[in-house]
Amino acid sequence: MRRLITRRTALLGAAALTTSACDSSRPREGFLGAMERFNARFQSALFDADQLAPELPPSEDTPPGAFPQYYISDTVPFAPAGWALKVGGLVQRPGVLSLEDLQRLPRTEYRIRHHCVEGWSAVASWHGVRLRDLAEHVGADPRAGYVEFRSFDSGYYSSWDRPSAFHAQTMLAYGMNGQPLLPAHGAPLRLYSAVKLGYKMVKYLTEVNFLPEPTGGYWEDRGYEWFAGV
Amino acid sequence: MLSWTAVHAPEHRRPQPWPIRVSHWLNVPLLVIMAASGLQILAAYPMQGPQGRPYDWYPFQGITPPEWSRLGDWLAGARHWHFAFAWFLALNGVAYVLYLAFSGEWRRRLFLPRRDTRNALDTLAFYVRLRKHAPEQGLYNGLQRLAYTGTLVLGALSILTGLVLYKPVQLGSLTRLFGGYDSARALHLIVLAAFALFTVGHVVLVLLHPRTLGEMVTGGRKPDA
Repeated sequence: MRRLITRRTALLGAAALTTSACDSSRPREGFLGAMERFNARFQSALFDADQLAPELPPSEDTPPGAFPQYYISDTVPFAPAGWALKVGGLVQRPGVLSLEDLQRLPRTEYRIRHHCVEGWSAVASWHGVRLRDLAEHVGADPRAGYVEFRSFDSGYYSSWDRPSAFHAQTMLAYGMNGQPLLPAHGAPLRLYSAVKLGYKMVKYLTEVNFLPEPTGGYWEDRGYEWFAGV
Repeated sequence: MLSWTAVHAPEHRRPQPWPIRVSHWLNVPLLVIMAASGLQILAAYPMQGPQGRPYDWYPFQGITPPEWSRLGDWLAGARHWHFAFAWFLALNGVAYVLYLAFSGEWRRRLFLPRRDTRNALDTLAFYVRLRKHAPEQGLYNGLQRLAYTGTLVLGALSILTGLVLYKPVQLGSLTRLFGGYDSARALHLIVLAAFALFTVGHVVLVLLHPRTLGEMVTGGRKPDA
């Protein structure tokens, strides 16, 4: 009898261990979660700030209308009247910047390949201000190891490691394909980068916060990996 | 080179030494997990080619892999399975290749074109009944060596193309080597199809020659015993 109970307990224990170790609905917990943390360290170690995505010729552009739009709200979110970007956290000069303020900062432009977590790629050109130039403008503290991005798209947000956020090809974009950014693609201001998957590039920006700790993200809180570098 | 490789030359070893058996059977769950989680990832975008420019050679555009073939429930779950177990598949492959190299087993297992091409063609002729008798062979015939060496090539290709999909920018030179992100993604799927084809042929031939299954379990008898 005692042996039977032991065996049953052992079997139940093993079953519980297997389900909690590899639970697809909670992939950031258990064994899968431990491997994600290992993979995040691997990705972070692999990250090279000098590694640039190749700039592509216009012939590589995704055909008009085929570049996917993405927002979590039911309809295209439109910027509230008097929109301005709030910049805060560990910075010497917190405050709000209008689109004109941002456009007065050094402008960058590139055409690179976009990588979505779903597996597709697309190409467009983007212009805006490098996040590192904004950081310099507001005097971001070196202790801010993370940057958080918030939006007016039903609370969509994400947070990034500092090296990826300060990469030369990470920008706050206010234009796409030579035109001002359209509402369908994140107007008036969105994050764009060569070094992260699409869901890390927050559109419809309202806030940029330089923080000492990582916060989560809309998809990250639902089980997608946090680092998500490319 | 190393004295123990000379002492235990493969010819005097059992047909399937334990490192080969362990590595072989580990591959079964690992390949199943990688294939099934990979198909769940494919289900998120069951197309080949960049947005707006689908490849016209791909016959399954827009077709989602059947549910029984998928693991991970949803995209995030499948990605976590895939990136967790990819390490173990890669480690298993590296351990296997190191064992082949240092044990000398590569000599009776790998396909060496000069040595094995003739035997592979003769074996093929025997299989399609163009030849009455199977050619002389040791542990493996030339066709087996070609197939098993081919799986090593497939394994290497799956890992390299997988790395391109995982880090197309950070591993930019690897991405260029495979002709870009989208062609690496197509090749990654073609490698899976090739693995599936190999598995079907492998299982059929093992069923026709059950002794080989026993050897892959017990190791088989030493030649002198």
